[in-house]
Amino acid sequence: MICAGTGCVANGSLKVKDALETELIKRNLQKEVKIVLTGCNGFCAKGPVMVVYPEDIFYQLVKPEDVPHLVEEHFIKGRPVQKFLYTPPADKNTIPVMNDIPFFKHQVLRALRNRSLIDAEKIEEYIARDGYMAAAKALTEMTPEQIVVEMKKSGLRGRGGAGFLTGLKWELCARVSGDIKYILCNGDEGDPGAFMDRSVMEADPHSVLEGMIIAAKAINAHYGYIYVRAEYPLAVQRLQLAIESAKDHGLLGKDILGTGFDLDLEIYQGAGAFVCGEETALMASIEGKRGMPRAKPPFPAVKGLWQRPSVLNNVETFANIPPIILHGADWYASLGTEKSKGTKVFALSGALNNIGLVEVPMGTPLKTIIYDIGGGIKNNRKFKAVQMGGPSGGCIPGSLIDTPVDFENINKTGAIMGSGGMVVMDETTCMPAMAKFFLEFTEDESCGKCVPCRIGNKTLLTILQRITNGEGREGDIELLLDLSQQIKDTSLCGLGQTSPNPVLTTIKYFRDEYEAHIKEHRCPARVCTPLVKFVVDQSKCKKCGQCFKACPAGALKWEKGQVAYIDPEKCTKCKSCIKACRFWSID
Amino acid sequence: MAKLTIADLKKIKEDYHQGLREGGFRVKITVHMGTCGIAAGARGIMNTIMEELAKSNLKDVAITTSGCAGLCSQEPMTTIETTGQPPIKYTALTEEKMRKIFAEHVVAGRPVTEYALVAGHETTY
Ligand SMILES: Cc1cc2nc3c(=O)[nH]c(=O)nc-3n(C[C@H](O)[C@H](O)[C@H](O)COP(=O)(O)O)c2cc1C
Ligand code: SF4
Ligand code: SF4
Ligand code: FES
Repeated sequence: MICAGTGCVANGSLKVKDALETELIKRNLQKEVKIVLTGCNGFCAKGPVMVVYPEDIFYQLVKPEDVPHLVEEHFIKGRPVQKFLYTPPADKNTIPVMNDIPFFKHQVLRALRNRSLIDAEKIEEYIARDGYMAAAKALTEMTPEQIVVEMKKSGLRGRGGAGFLTGLKWELCARVSGDIKYILCNGDEGDPGAFMDRSVMEADPHSVLEGMIIAAKAINAHYGYIYVRAEYPLAVQRLQLAIESAKDHGLLGKDILGTGFDLDLEIYQGAGAFVCGEETALMASIEGKRGMPRAKPPFPAVKGLWQRPSVLNNVETFANIPPIILHGADWYASLGTEKSKGTKVFALSGALNNIGLVEVPMGTPLKTIIYDIGGGIKNNRKFKAVQMGGPSGGCIPGSLIDTPVDFENINKTGAIMGSGGMVVMDETTCMPAMAKFFLEFTEDESCGKCVPCRIGNKTLLTILQRITNGEGREGDIELLLDLSQQIKDTSLCGLGQTSPNPVLTTIKYFRDEYEAHIKEHRCPARVCTPLVKFVVDQSKCKKCGQCFKACPAGALKWEKGQVAYIDPEKCTKCKSCIKACRFWSID
Repeated sequence: MAKLTIADLKKIKEDYHQGLREGGFRVKITVHMGTCGIAAGARGIMNTIMEELAKSNLKDVAITTSGCAGLCSQEPMTTIETTGQPPIKYTALTEEKMRKIFAEHVVAGRPVTEYALVAGHETTY
């Protein structure tokens, strides 16, 4: 990896790259040694710098004339060249570089390639980072068939949730004849805990537009919509500006880049219903109808928006497309696992030290994401589970923390990849209560068309409510399982088909918690207020007095060296003391 | 605006990089203004920088904005790049911290180690 950051390029890193290429060809090593250009590594003063993998050897101050010697010694004889080895500075008081910090070290930015580098409102900055070069290539050098072949070969799967092969989706639509077709972008992003797409639309709107141009060429569409929820005003504003400046520059509209290809894009602001993220409901919504899913087939590729052949892709899917066209399918497929290629963006939230947006290669272990990138669990608590895929997904328990994160392995756990929300929970989360939270959401968001989804989810919720209220009955767990299966099997759209997942996975991994609620009238996480006794366990109390300091109602009695006591008359059941006690001594 | 051709795209790219290197700017300050940054007070930080810049009379400092830098829990953030040095990211800023960073890093060229999170760019493909 050769640094191609501003500092190193100024110091001649590109000349080093040329010299290296020539030398590798001369030695017939070009197949074994791959050259990759990276962003700035933080060592500009020592540039040009390069890193050789897998040994992770860091060379500094490399000059083109040193390259033959370096290739001879390192790549042929396998001896690192001492002269260029990086020596860490003696000064301890320096600022860490990217590779020292786990949050950055494990990330590879593809969809987010322009993160923090460009001003989203200036098209020149996007162009300066190879922007619209992929569209130019697709429009001038590639036939629609070639684009489809490249996309299929890359293995890119839709990032909106279902993980359908993008190239295949385009091929299905490209094959349908028709003079009017639509290219559509799904920026609805309805699941709680997700903000990946918002960030892409805000920070790099042109990458979405460029992806759409390439897709439009592949299926021969000349008109398209970007569906964004109205709750994302900044995203809407930046996309609007991006569309206008692309038009001004001849990158949208008639005769794009003088190639004769036309594409007009328009933003459609949705009202923010979760079900409108479903493809057929989204199209109905753009048509001005009520956003309700319909039965498939006919599939949108054949009869989509206004009954015309259409392709709908997710925001992040589109953002991935320009680099695939520019660098090729093989480059893209070089990261990831067998059936899940490339990288995935995740929105980390919940009980983690680092909350934020991250992009990692597919197959990265969950553990790396939670402990290295996420910085572990806040307040030194224990990792309990992570909810993936929002209300449609499921939880993955701490025991499965080594699971590699890709479509196949996540599905095996009962959760789904979904669009990339990861809500991390510690031991203060009650799993039946968590399932109830998501069911409240889906019950509310069901469009009401199918009985199993409308009535079934309501019934699930009622059962969960009574369990968390301490009124659970013998047989409720079986009832939940049975009903969940029926809802999954008989609902029309993905909302109903996936809504029981949080219930199913919490029962699968935390059945003992359900049983504690129902049989022992006990909430192990002390979350469900009706099941908490608000008494200090004499044998567990460490006499620290933290609960006493936390109580706002004067209900806690404590003196130095004494066991604490809660006065039931004064206690308002606010649970402040439970959060404050480090020893779980309050039941 | 004249319609671009492919040759123009390449030219914009080259001019842009040329401009960055030779445009006379010694320092570039990027304020991360995604929804998370703005909610955490990025606009206030931006105003502080503008005020300090006006007071300082420096002519070789460019201020720009960019989106979410990924570490939402440590917003507001800025990235400061001076020629020949790796960019430095500062996190969890307040107006006081920003004034100090401006005086020491932007004016005097010494990064403020205690507020800095990291140096360098991220790995992009
Ligand atoms: C209830 C429901 C909500 C959905 N919400 C979204 C969404 O917010 N964003 C999205 O991209 N896809 C969403 N989808 C998936 C879309 O129907 C569709 O599969 C996706 O946009 C296709 O794009 P892709 O192939 O690039 O993933 C949702 C599906 C269902 C059933
Ligand atoms: S499954 Fe639910 S949301 Fe989907 S169509 Fe049926 S009622 Fe509507
Ligand atoms: S639950 Fe609240 S009011 Fe009751 S003892 Fe604890 S802190 Fe005090
Ligand atoms: S540009 Fe290469 S280390 Fe900064």
